[in-house]
Formats: sequence, C-alpha cells, structure tokens
Amino acid sequence: MMLAEATAPTVYHTPPTAPVLAEIAILTLLVTCAIAMIRMRHLFGVAMLSGIYSLLSAAFFVALDAVDVAFTEAAVGAGISTVLVLSGIAMTSKREKRVTQRRPWLPVLVTGITGAALIYATVDMPAYGDPNSPANAYVGREYVVQTPADVEVPNIVTAVLASYRGFDTLGETVVVFTAGLACILLLGSAAIRGGGGDGRSRDEEES
Amino acid sequence: MGHLILRVTIKILFAPIIIFALYVQFHGDYGPGGGFQAGVIMAAAFILYALGFGLNECHRVIPQSWLPVGMALGVLIYAGTGVYTMLLGGNFLDYDLIQPDSHHHAGQHIGIIAVELGVGLAVATTMLQIYYAFAGREPEPSDDAW
Repeated sequence: MMLAEATAPTVYHTPPTAPVLAEIAILTLLVTCAIAMIRMRHLFGVAMLSGIYSLLSAAFFVALDAVDVAFTEAAVGAGISTVLVLSGIAMTSKREKRVTQRRPWLPVLVTGITGAALIYATVDMPAYGDPNSPANAYVGREYVVQTPADVEVPNIVTAVLASYRGFDTLGETVVVFTAGLACILLLGSAAIRGGGGDGRSRDEEES
Repeated sequence: MGHLILRVTIKILFAPIIIFALYVQFHGDYGPGGGFQAGVIMAAAFILYALGFGLNECHRVIPQSWLPVGMALGVLIYAGTGVYTMLLGGNFLDYDLIQPDSHHHAGQHIGIIAVELGVGLAVATTMLQIYYAFAGREPEPSDDAW
C-alpha cells in the first residue's frame, strides 16, 4: 500500500503564500550578501559572508524540497570551504587591493548582455514543480515510478545516485580523489611525509 | 593556552558530530544524506579539532600518511563493488547479483551501502587531506592577525 502511494504522480499545487514570502526573503538576503561580498575589502569578512551565502542557499534548497542538495551545500559550502578560504587568507594579506575607479565598459557590457539573456531565458522555463517539464517527464518520472520496484529504497535520490547512476557517482568519487591528489602534488610532498609540524620547509623559512 | 571556551565546546561537540556523520552515512537510504555528506561531516569534526587544538594534535589522531591510503581505498571499495558484480557474472555495479534470490532487493541495499561506504571514506580523507595540505603550509596566524 505504501509503495502504491509513493508511485502516485505528485499533483502540482500553487504554493501557499507563506513559503513564497520566505523564498523572497531568502533570495533578497542572498542578493544583499552577494553585493556586500563584492563591496567588502576585508577578506575575513568576505569569507564569513560566503559562508552565510552558502547557508542561505541551503535554506533556499530546503524551501525547494531539495534536502539532499541543501545538506551538501551546508556541509561543503558553509563548512569546509569557509575553513579552506580562511586557511588561504592566512597565507596572503588580510585586505583586498583597492581597485582602480576607472570603469571598464566592455566587461560591464558583456556581463549585462549575459544577465539579460539569462533573465530572458527564464521566461520559457517550465513552472516550478510542473510534472510535464522535461526534467520531470521522461527518465525522471521513470526513476520515481520504478524505484519502489527496482531498488526498494525510500530515498529516491539515493536510488538514482548509487544504483541507477552508480557509474556516474563512481566518476564523481574519482574526481574528489583527483582533487585530493592534486592538492598533495601542488602543495608539496613535505605535507605527506611529516605534515606541517617540523618539516624542512619550516626551518628554511626561519633561517 | 587560550581558547578555553572554544576547546571545551569542541570537546563536547566532537563525539556528536561523529555520531551524526555515521547516522547520515548509514541512513542515506531512508532520509537525506549519504556517503558524500557523511564524509564531509566526518572531516569537519576533525578539522574542528585541528582548529581548536592545533594541527599537530590532529596529526597524532589521524596521521597524514593515512589519508592518501584512505582516499585510494574509498575509490577501490566503490570500483571493487562493481568488479565483484562483474565476477558474479553481471554488469559493472549490477547490485542485484549480490543477492539474486532476495525478494526485497537485498542485493541493491548491500551494494548501495558498500558504494556509499567507499564514497564516505574517499570524501572524508580527501577533505582532511586538503585541509592538512593548506593548514600545514604556514604557522598558525596570531590572534590579532584578523
């Protein structure tokens, strides 16, 4: 019985007012946060704001019912990246260099046209949650309908990620592995031998 | 030895974060989460520890040399699951062959848990490796550096 309920196609309702207000508030905060990040020269503040930006994005994903994405955004964006950015700031100066006041018109023009094109493209986008939109209609619907019969895992995201698209996820894991490998290669093999403790490089700096 | 409040807070938070990471790891079939998120949370616990107690203390808990091993092992667990199903006579990552007689797709569940374990291990060690590589380069910034 439960399986039958899960397979029933979800009917699209117009969202009630309160969630819409919450989404507008979150998006407004996101834009404010982005503008503040552009204006700010103090890199520590920028790092904190980028963490806040990620947390707000996670909240927005929750509002869109994409809890798995929200989870990842909160853990990676607000957690790990903020720490990594801070570690990076520790190696550089604390303030961004002041830019010249001259306005470069060509980049502004390119950015403006691209932004306008993107906004124009949203007009043709299917309504949020539309069951007949391309993302939901073909293979997406197949996964939703077939998961209870094929995989019998309640979380369809996990079924798609680990079973239907298992090969893709293997590729993603290799990408993560490669990123770690690149870090070892770029940031020195001293890190692999003894870590940041009392390696040779530290002695060279002091002398 | 400053940072007393921070260190006490980190000590209190450390175990619950690890438990939560394990919960996210093994509950990914039923709720939001999975190997990637669990690995990141697991790494975050140790990064928090390193932030509060210094990188050298964290090296004593998880030595640097373990991390590339964990990264490779995670990928190998994932790929090995696929090779195992091939050895059973099916396609790569065809989990159904792990338990072909099961009526509730136990093979799928075992396969998903195995690959999620690989993802979790690879992601946790990679995140920690990246943090070690960054934080190990320079001495700790002084408190008034910000």
